[in-house]
Amino acid sequence: MSIAVIAFYLFAFSAIASGLMVVASKNPVHSVLFLILAFISAAGLFVLMGAEYLAMVLVVVYVGAVAVLFLFVVMMLDVDFVEMKQGFLQYLPIGGALAAIVVVELIMVVFVWAFPSDAELARAHPSPTAAQTITDPNGPTNIEALGLILYTDYVHYFQIAGMVLLVAMIGAIILTFRTRDGIKKQDPAAQVGRKREEGYELVDIRPGQGLS
Amino acid sequence: MIGLGHYLSVAAILFAIGMAGIFLNRKNVIVILMSIELMLLAVNINFVAFSQFLGDLVGQVFAFMVLTVAAAEAAVGLAILVAFFRNRGDIAVDDASLMKN
Repeated sequence: MSIAVIAFYLFAFSAIASGLMVVASKNPVHSVLFLILAFISAAGLFVLMGAEYLAMVLVVVYVGAVAVLFLFVVMMLDVDFVEMKQGFLQYLPIGGALAAIVVVELIMVVFVWAFPSDAELARAHPSPTAAQTITDPNGPTNIEALGLILYTDYVHYFQIAGMVLLVAMIGAIILTFRTRDGIKKQDPAAQVGRKREEGYELVDIRPGQGLS
Repeated sequence: MIGLGHYLSVAAILFAIGMAGIFLNRKNVIVILMSIELMLLAVNINFVAFSQFLGDLVGQVFAFMVLTVAAAEAAVGLAILVAFFRNRGDIAVDDASLMKN
């Protein structure tokens, strides 16, 4: 067994086991941590497949942003999570049966997959850089090839992805924004717009009485 | 030798785990969101596996789009969850029927 095969089985086992633990663990904090482990294992699988850049993006985006966001929300919300686990055993038969059916179906699809001949393969893929990356060791690296097609042929998809992120960001801010009363905040417009007359007051103080 | 089928099998199992997670954790929205993330991860593994074994890099470009949408979905989903928690004081989804009355 070569190193690559051992690494594949290691990453695959760890991805599936931590996926199971995400679903089954009682404490949602543990679920999030197992989700991080699943993402890292999947990043390992991506490296084995030669998609190095996507693997690194997976680590940065999922582990660095999404999983931390989950962790933040889980810890921020004060919820009784033990009570939430109640229906687990009740739904286990139907959920497990459905999952088993889907696994069997998908894997049956996988193993009747017929590979096209080389001629059909060459006709099928539109980007010449891609084939070079994977077959030619002197060709462009994975990230170079991705950049070559992402910023040229697929630049509109790239822009749309940016728009999706912008809309999601604005949406998340608007959803969680709230104005609270009774908070002392600096209001620069009010400060600048203050009139001279509002700032001082002339009072006649009578001798012996002081300022009441 | 590890072929396309191995990667697709891993992805299929992960997808089914995510699907089962939605059924099993019906009360807990946070775990449901995490299950959706698992399913999207399985889809990404499929995209990258096909991209690699068919020699077509476009699969990886599309995996980027899936990644983007997954990140946006997590952000908006959790924001909705936080707003829901603020209004209701808990996140039990099975009696979330504000729209009914």
